[in-house]
Amino acid sequence: MAEQRTLWSFHGGLHLDDHKAESNQRPVQRLPLPDRLTLPLHQHIGQNAEPVVRVGDLVKKGQVVARASDYVSASIHAPTSGRVVEIGDQAIPHPSGLSDTCIVIEPDGQEDWAELPEPISDFRAETPADLRDRIRWAGIVGLGGAAFPTAVKVNTGGGRAIETLIINAAECEPYITCDDVIMRERAHDIIDGIAIIRHIIGAHECLIGIEDNKPEAAEALRQAIADKAASETEVAVVPTLYPSGGEKQLIRLLTGREVPSHGLPADIGVLCQNVATTAAVADAVLRGLPLIDRVVTVTGKGVRQPGNFRVALGTPIDFVVAQSGGYSGEAHELLLGGPMMGFALHDDQAPVTKATNCLLAASLQEAPAPEPERPCIRCGECARVCPAELLPQQMFWHARAHDFDRVQEYHLFDCIECGCCAYVCPAQIPLVHYYRYAKTEIWTQERERRKSDLARRRHDARQERLERIERERKARLRKKKEALDKKSGSNADASKKAAIEAAMKRVAEKKAAQKAETQTSGGE
Amino acid sequence: MIAAILTIAGLATVFGLILGYSAIRFRVEGDPIADQIDALLPQTQCGQCSFAGCRPYAEAIAAGEAEINRCPPGGETTMIALAELLGRDPVPLDDEAAAEKPKAVAYIVEEECIGCTLCIQACPVDAIMGAAKQMHTVIIDECTGCELCLPPCPVECIHMHPLEATPQTWKWPFPAQAPSEVVDG
Repeated sequence: MAEQRTLWSFHGGLHLDDHKAESNQRPVQRLPLPDRLTLPLHQHIGQNAEPVVRVGDLVKKGQVVARASDYVSASIHAPTSGRVVEIGDQAIPHPSGLSDTCIVIEPDGQEDWAELPEPISDFRAETPADLRDRIRWAGIVGLGGAAFPTAVKVNTGGGRAIETLIINAAECEPYITCDDVIMRERAHDIIDGIAIIRHIIGAHECLIGIEDNKPEAAEALRQAIADKAASETEVAVVPTLYPSGGEKQLIRLLTGREVPSHGLPADIGVLCQNVATTAAVADAVLRGLPLIDRVVTVTGKGVRQPGNFRVALGTPIDFVVAQSGGYSGEAHELLLGGPMMGFALHDDQAPVTKATNCLLAASLQEAPAPEPERPCIRCGECARVCPAELLPQQMFWHARAHDFDRVQEYHLFDCIECGCCAYVCPAQIPLVHYYRYAKTEIWTQERERRKSDLARRRHDARQERLERIERERKARLRKKKEALDKKSGSNADASKKAAIEAAMKRVAEKKAAQKAETQTSGGE
Repeated sequence: MIAAILTIAGLATVFGLILGYSAIRFRVEGDPIADQIDALLPQTQCGQCSFAGCRPYAEAIAAGEAEINRCPPGGETTMIALAELLGRDPVPLDDEAAAEKPKAVAYIVEEECIGCTLCIQACPVDAIMGAAKQMHTVIIDECTGCELCLPPCPVECIHMHPLEATPQTWKWPFPAQAPSEVVDG
């Protein structure tokens, strides 16, 4: 048993009913395949993946169907063998309820594997770049919910050395237990994954931060550490306090160091990874498997049998719920994620993506309809519980007044949207909603500013081109005229004059002749 | 008495020379206020303000010849930003500008295009590609939605398509206010 570490604490936070016991009692169950798998091209932070298959193509299990189109992007693989039946707009799990481009695959039930890369059993003999390439190939993203491409995250790029790898196993949000059961069942894989990531980033120690409401998982990890003799890895149990699983909060808890505003954990020599991601890394490196399924918690009073399920990516959410036992009739709202940070789904046809950690079918009692917002009474509770030490009330005033410069002065972008402030607000103000509104508004303004800068550059370039063409045209005309003038020298001039005179003379003679003729004829 | 006059006169000469020199040495080319105004305008170059583009409008505002409320694409946001920059009071938008249109981009119905190049000449940001007697098309990422290409088209094959929000550009709506609350602008 590891000795007790010194723990620090973060500001604020909330003690919430954890509601973990509903779903973590049974082992992970693998769900069958649905009739259609819908794979959104955007299921990670960064650029959309780019489809490399066409409608009608036969794909094999584990085959890349869309490849990472940019550095910050992630490939998507076929979760099973089958036929691509559609590439087009489909419902996706997103707070907007909008649809987006997806690849739809109809499974053929053969489970026919594509040719996979060789497993790398001795990863210590490989260079970090090769291992990163393998992680990139596997399309692994952070499975805690943010879905940031892992290959990018573990590329610390020769900047500051990473001393500490922190594995985020806190899973602090109520109801969610997918990491908990993965730790119980796949502790050895997790320790392998940690060793691989440590090898890539060169960290000499690893701390697994886990809340004290998951003793079985912590014990399984300790056992695995002992089995693998991974002495530099340590399980650090932290008190259950929401949101201890926030990246910055967990780093603060375990190291006492603070990630600077607008900075990254790498700035203080730390890298943070979600615990389920490490198991996926082990799969990719040691077994050559891409990320084609994930564990999803299905819970809440709205479902009959809460539990954790291994689901092929792209499985429709209504299919997951139906297979897990179906709705209980009490479901009032279907949330993706937990009750604090999740969002309500508009459509339960949307598919499970790499970022889907929890489906919470909440009853009216679990997720009561929001009460009307009342005026702020300036009690200051929000500032007391804010884990990022912000001033939620000030941000609220400025966001409500659409004053986006001022709201940024109060460090809006350090807000982790944990929802503590809105939870304690006695006036029922949906504070996080105001912050999300302000953030997306600011991003839009930023985008429009970039677009108008581009338009200005293009307009100026056009203006310059038109002027240049006009200048050149004038220069050409001038040159032509000069050339003409030169050609018609003085002698030419004289000859021209003579020609004109001669012509005039001819005309005069002709006229005179005509006159004479008419006179003679008139006389007759 | 004389000494005091001489001192003051001397000082005045010295400062005058310094000021005169710095006026030449640190002369700012162009009009910095117009530049700042121009930076706030949406650069659609649409001419809906009755000036020949964003830059001329910015210069007119800087010279005090135009109101700050005449930019329909910029809408209220731009008007407020201008008011803040210039220290003027916000003014309600001009009648034409008040009806804020959704953002749109031009779209050429390619089957109907006769390849006359008139729209290419009208586009202020070179966002239309094509050549004489060849089909034209709009580069959507570059189009500012100014609508200047619509009138020249002899076959009316250019339409404005509103820009739909994608999950990446979608904005959280402003939280619905309780009816009892005062809704501010």
